[in-house]
Amino acid sequence: MVLLKQLPDLVEELEPSPDGTDIDREFIKFILNEFDDQALEEALVTKESSGAEVIVVALDEPEVDQVLYTALAKGADRAVKLTGVPAGTWVPTHLRAAILAPFVRELAPDLVLTGVQSAEDLDGQLASLLGGYLDLPHAAVVVGLEVKDSIARVVQELGSGRSVEEQITLPAVLGIQAASQAPRYAPISKIRQAMQAGGLEELEAPAPVDSADIAIAQVRIRRLYAPEKSTHAEMLTGDPGEVATRIAEILRSKGLVKA
Amino acid sequence: MPVGGRKQPPVVVEKPEATAVSTISGRSWELPGMWNRMFEPRVLSDYTATGFARIAGLPGGESLEWCYGCGKCVPVCPVDLVGEYGPRKIHRKVQTGMDLFSSDDLWLCTSCANCLRVCPKEVDMTKVMPAVREAAIGDGMVPAELQDVFEKTFRNGNCLGENPRRRNAWTRAAGVPVRVLPTDPGAVDVLFYVEDYWSYHPRGQQAAQCFARILAALDVDFAILGPEEKTLGDSQRVAGEKGLFEALMEDVAATLDKYEFKRIVTPDPHGFNALKKVYPKYGHNYEVSHYTQFLAPLVDKIPFRSEVRHRVTFHDPCYLGRHNGEYDAPRTILDAIPGIELVEMGRCRENGYCCGGGGGGMWLDGFTANHTSERLSERRVREAAETGADVLAVCCPYEVSRFEDAAKSTGNDQLRVMDIVELVDMAMGGTGAV
Repeated sequence: MVLLKQLPDLVEELEPSPDGTDIDREFIKFILNEFDDQALEEALVTKESSGAEVIVVALDEPEVDQVLYTALAKGADRAVKLTGVPAGTWVPTHLRAAILAPFVRELAPDLVLTGVQSAEDLDGQLASLLGGYLDLPHAAVVVGLEVKDSIARVVQELGSGRSVEEQITLPAVLGIQAASQAPRYAPISKIRQAMQAGGLEELEAPAPVDSADIAIAQVRIRRLYAPEKSTHAEMLTGDPGEVATRIAEILRSKGLVKA
Repeated sequence: MPVGGRKQPPVVVEKPEATAVSTISGRSWELPGMWNRMFEPRVLSDYTATGFARIAGLPGGESLEWCYGCGKCVPVCPVDLVGEYGPRKIHRKVQTGMDLFSSDDLWLCTSCANCLRVCPKEVDMTKVMPAVREAAIGDGMVPAELQDVFEKTFRNGNCLGENPRRRNAWTRAAGVPVRVLPTDPGAVDVLFYVEDYWSYHPRGQQAAQCFARILAALDVDFAILGPEEKTLGDSQRVAGEKGLFEALMEDVAATLDKYEFKRIVTPDPHGFNALKKVYPKYGHNYEVSHYTQFLAPLVDKIPFRSEVRHRVTFHDPCYLGRHNGEYDAPRTILDAIPGIELVEMGRCRENGYCCGGGGGGMWLDGFTANHTSERLSERRVREAAETGADVLAVCCPYEVSRFEDAAKSTGNDQLRVMDIVELVDMAMGGTGAV
């Protein structure tokens, strides 16, 4: 099962809405979270290598139908849109996990994949929260996946150029950083065939998990501010020797180099 | 060898001296190379036709195997001039076992149609390449740069991935009112189909503003579709995404059905080509002209106020010239602008060189760079500079950005690249005159 999330397309400048508690969603376009696209690709690769049924699941978010049909055209077997969630507003990651958890439990997939993070969830909490709600093992920053029987061999990136390879007994929840190949292209004719076939399942979202996390999810935003613009560029002039000395001074003053 | 071309020298195969021995008399003869070649398979017959079977089976792919190897197409191929290409070479490679579907060669053709012009067998690469590309895309093989553009076009209705709501943002600085049909419906004479680069590219927007001022000065009753406009998608079609083209066409035709207009005028030769030649095949018929065709008969009425003292050379867009036979309209306008001296490049009109942007080339810059010694646009800019012109005039929205970049990268900063409407507007007095 692959969980997909729509995000504001950042080709547009985001602005606070008139009441200042959300971004202005009226004029922006939405786009699939790029890491979710990687998760979908990894699921399709897994399906091709070891046989599986791929189910894509998304909340009822703007322009999500096209994303789900694209997933079907790429080779997903089922596409589910969960309706009845607050539309046109921000769904915090805690709430998203609480909505998705009962649905995932009901379908009981062998493996749940989602993007490691998103622009709204830079900490990458979705996979771990879901793992927590479902009492399943989870791993984040996954850059390699191989499934055999009920064991997943997972490569996790640790940072500083290091990674770890481990085995996880399925079912499990994984936050995918990168698929083993670039996300494939779905020819538009195939997407349109999928749209005409109309294989999109619309299901009422289950009641969210009731837990203390929901209280966190209900945190109220009082005010959003646009980032302040400031100019930090400083042009260094003079002969190369002077410029190099100056660069060294700056690096030293910022604590970026020792001695 | 052409300037900067990366050519393979012909391979000379030396034959060993051979001795033929008679089985009857036992006598032997020394055979010189010339003779023993005659007893070996000839290079021309050393192939099978199997490579053509799949290509010929595709609608549009039939003509590649008609080639009889005369090679007239190779010296006129703009890609061969900066690399190792040309339809005859593709044909030969397929004969000798290349799989065109998975070859990089598939994506280098710019569909400029200069090969078709000289081909005695009418091998039409502008049909072969899109057909094979469509099949390759269906098999999941598409260069990443192009994939990105296809996805953006499908999502937003324009190749730049810009917000459709900003389609008419350029009108604000036009200096004249521009009617937007969705907010101001009702009958109109001319539907100005702005297309992507004039809608969104900063240099294109300037041209769109010039054109709006010219239309206003000529008292033309015109309007645009604004946020409801989507690209006509011709280059996406030639790049192999027929499904995307058809999806766009359905949307465009439905939008056009909603409004009452007499004719369509567009600055984009690619969009013009789609409306004139492809849409009718699907039953969508419109009266359409390229903006140069619309303005050429009206040049006497354009209120020119000042001279434009420039030596100008003109680049024929492939899709206006060779594809649609229009060479005179742009020159009529340039000749009418007071002060302009028009000088032609060696390659012009029917033999005009390609800017490299057609057939998806606009979106394959990095991919193509791995196979050519320089960009086609750079090659063209150097030709333009050789004429001594100080302005390279264009009338295709792809070209301003392509040639401006090329002028910088080839060190020809003295060469200004201007759309014809910018020159007209300059002679009319620009924003100051409205």
